[in-house]
Amino acid sequence: MEKHEKPGGFMKALKCRECGREYPLTANHVCEYDFGPLEVAYDYDRIKASMTRAAIESRPQTMWRFRELLPVAAEPTVGLEVGGTPLIRADRLAKRLGIKELWIKNDAVNYPTLSFKDRVVSVALSRARELGFTTVACASTGNLANSVAANAAAAGLKAFVFIPSDLEQGKVVNSLIYGAEVIGIRGHYDEVNRLCAEIAGKYPWAFVNVNMRPYYAEGSKSMGLEIVEQFGWRVPQHTVVPMASGSLLTKVYKSYQEAIKLGLAPESKFKVHGAQATGCSPISAAQKAGLDFFKPVKPNTIAKSLAIGTPADGFYALRVMKETDGAAEDVSDDQIREGIKLLAESEGIFAETAGGVTVGVARKLIASGAIPADDSAVLCITGNGLKTLDAVAAHAGFTREIKPSLREFEAILTQEEKVGV
Amino acid sequence: MPKIIRIPTPLRKLTNNEETVEVNAATIGEAIAELQTRFPGIKERLMDENGGVRRFVNVYVNEEDIRFLQNQETPLKEGDEVSIIPAIAGG
Repeated sequence: MEKHEKPGGFMKALKCRECGREYPLTANHVCEYDFGPLEVAYDYDRIKASMTRAAIESRPQTMWRFRELLPVAAEPTVGLEVGGTPLIRADRLAKRLGIKELWIKNDAVNYPTLSFKDRVVSVALSRARELGFTTVACASTGNLANSVAANAAAAGLKAFVFIPSDLEQGKVVNSLIYGAEVIGIRGHYDEVNRLCAEIAGKYPWAFVNVNMRPYYAEGSKSMGLEIVEQFGWRVPQHTVVPMASGSLLTKVYKSYQEAIKLGLAPESKFKVHGAQATGCSPISAAQKAGLDFFKPVKPNTIAKSLAIGTPADGFYALRVMKETDGAAEDVSDDQIREGIKLLAESEGIFAETAGGVTVGVARKLIASGAIPADDSAVLCITGNGLKTLDAVAAHAGFTREIKPSLREFEAILTQEEKVGV
Repeated sequence: MPKIIRIPTPLRKLTNNEETVEVNAATIGEAIAELQTRFPGIKERLMDENGGVRRFVNVYVNEEDIRFLQNQETPLKEGDEVSIIPAIAGG
């Protein structure tokens, strides 16, 4: 990799997505003129010279093999082992869903906290260190809190994580164990988020998804870039992405565009589809109604990691689906549980509730023809089922308890044979 | 009857770095007009050319999003706290 003489490395500036005004590369996420989101602008000519397929393939199997497209100025210092998760061909699930070719991008086994959030956090904390921060923070539905807490601990940074107080126990313990300050807010995520925006305006902390958001969000691109490489340097015809704020969907799309622009993948037509839970579906409701704006909702779903009623990137997610001719769908709590079981039983992957949403929505989109049965699709699985046991514990089946006796065991077998199990 | 408006960081250059401002307005719409009188230029930061609140601005009265209330017609009473928050955060 080349040495970066410029202070921003491959970054040029922060740029408002609405009006195009440029800002210095500091911890700042909002344009002061129109409140538009700031996004990192890159020097793509330099990136193209440095980031060939051969160069990428020579690097370790982590998200940082796409280093030039990730916004840190010098070499990353946090989360060096993140990413490089499996893309597996899911023939058994494909059969169940009625599609020819199906792939699972499995971030349920991302390192170290078992969700795609490790990608965004390693970028945000590496950049936070570059900017001189010693305290990091986040507003989270759970997975992000886990990742900030763990990665901050490993980097020796102080962490404050803010979560709705009614989160799954697995997600709460998974934040506390690393020694982070965990603040449970009596309210839903949107209220946590609003409070954090106010706290971020007052305390000199690196809030990964507030003032650090332009850097943080770019980390999600690594999921899409890995898909492109693992897919044989091609962009898949269909990608189904779960939507909370809508950020992941917009960044997967951006990563596909960048792969094409940099000549890493050939130009091809691709569709990006969005998945939500019906109990919190502001983006999919707007998409299905043909609107380019969403109405905020009060979330009520077991898919707590997706329960954002006022999605920050809802507007841009709608635009991506429109531009790629993608669709959106949403599924009920029961369909989410069915989706989790379907993925587990057919592929041996235990996803959290958001994964159930993605599988359930893929099933609907295949059934409706929005994803044609002869095409190939990639499903983005973003988190691990062990963290949301509460949601499925009562539905997973039951243990048959016997004495340590061969006779009792064989009685069960006989019983099962009788009922044809 | 004073109501308190919390000014977000991106707008504090216009309010001489005041974090909170007191207004007498009876609705959100009037409060924005009153802010404009005292801090010229602030309205165009918050409103689009059609007079609506900008896409990336969220306004709350006592922690409730005005889109769940009566938008710009949302009434304000004494002691109410209004927060203006950039929408582009979280997730």
